[in-house]
Amino acid sequence: MISFRLFLTFLKIGAVSFGGGYGMISLIREEVLSNGWLTEEQLLRFIAVSESTPGPIAVNMATFIGSSQAGFVGALAATFGVVLPSFIVILLIAALLKKVMKYAGVQSVLNGIRPVITGLILGTAFILLLSTVANIQTVHDSALLDWKAGVIFAILTVSATAHAKFRKKPFSPILLLLFSGVMGICFYL
Amino acid sequence: MENRMKKLFKLFLIMLKIGLFTFGGGYSMIALLENEFVSKRRFMQTDEFADMVAIAESTPGPIAINAATYIGYQQNGVLGSAAATVGVCIPSFVIIFLISLFFDAFQQIRWVTAAFRGIQVGVVVLILSAGLKMLRQMKKTIYNIVCVCLTTACLVLCSLFAVNFSSVFYILIGAMIGLSIYFVKRMYEHRKTETKK
Repeated sequence: MISFRLFLTFLKIGAVSFGGGYGMISLIREEVLSNGWLTEEQLLRFIAVSESTPGPIAVNMATFIGSSQAGFVGALAATFGVVLPSFIVILLIAALLKKVMKYAGVQSVLNGIRPVITGLILGTAFILLLSTVANIQTVHDSALLDWKAGVIFAILTVSATAHAKFRKKPFSPILLLLFSGVMGICFYL
Repeated sequence: MENRMKKLFKLFLIMLKIGLFTFGGGYSMIALLENEFVSKRRFMQTDEFADMVAIAESTPGPIAINAATYIGYQQNGVLGSAAATVGVCIPSFVIIFLISLFFDAFQQIRWVTAAFRGIQVGVVVLILSAGLKMLRQMKKTIYNIVCVCLTTACLVLCSLFAVNFSSVFYILIGAMIGLSIYFVKRMYEHRKTETKK
């Protein structure tokens, strides 16, 4: 039964997420928390693994969450769910509606959605920042500042910005995660 | 018939390779697909490929899956798109499934736990920079700026006050506003041409 639930949840995630990888992060977070599948901490670990293994992040996340909840069948159900909407929509477009993306109406819907996705990603980043650095999830929690996490965040932001400025190209996500892992060992061990 | 099976299998293998060697999701995969299907094998024209990328980006779902399905269909019909999509997913699935078998035990190791506390912060930085990158590339119209600010603020506030409001609704509201702006604009233009007459 849980596999069916996983399938439906990831079907929904696949059907309404736009803008690739992190575009679905806010919805995935809501779903795994409200279903009690993962804690916020586990979610961040899963994202780290999904980001540093090959393949689309969305598929990696689906497989990982599915497997953690219901083993092989769960992984299969979740992955199938997240892929299916893409598959159907693209087949329809490629086979029948090649011109559909060029209609002004369709473009205006996409123009309406695009900034929302940006807002959802930024909002999720702030929520996660508050909970990792200050341990605040709701207003009822009193802030418990984790200064080590704060320092790691500051170092990472400064070095990522500096890298983008001087090297003229974005840092590699895997290198950034490795670097933050090394810092984690230095600070927390 | 045999020829067709051969073509399907080849498509499957190419996608398997691409699924295995792309890190970091959609956009890095686009570069590999371009190299494989346009530069190397000339299965597709450059402008056709650009159209495909535009469609893959603006339809729901993972960009890599969208692109694989589209190219698969274009090469070999419905069977082609199935072969391509399954091919691109298999490496992810196998690797992540194997990791998930050992992940719990792995997390028990003391220094791994410490490393993950740092990595959690790293993930937050990655998500933040993905959002900021989209913000920089966005056209700075009034609607876009207001919309980003409102969505960000609502999402954070709802989470802080433990109000349940699914991200799906934000996306639907954005779609409806986009469509309404379009209709209002059209009505306005229509009226202008009427008065000119």
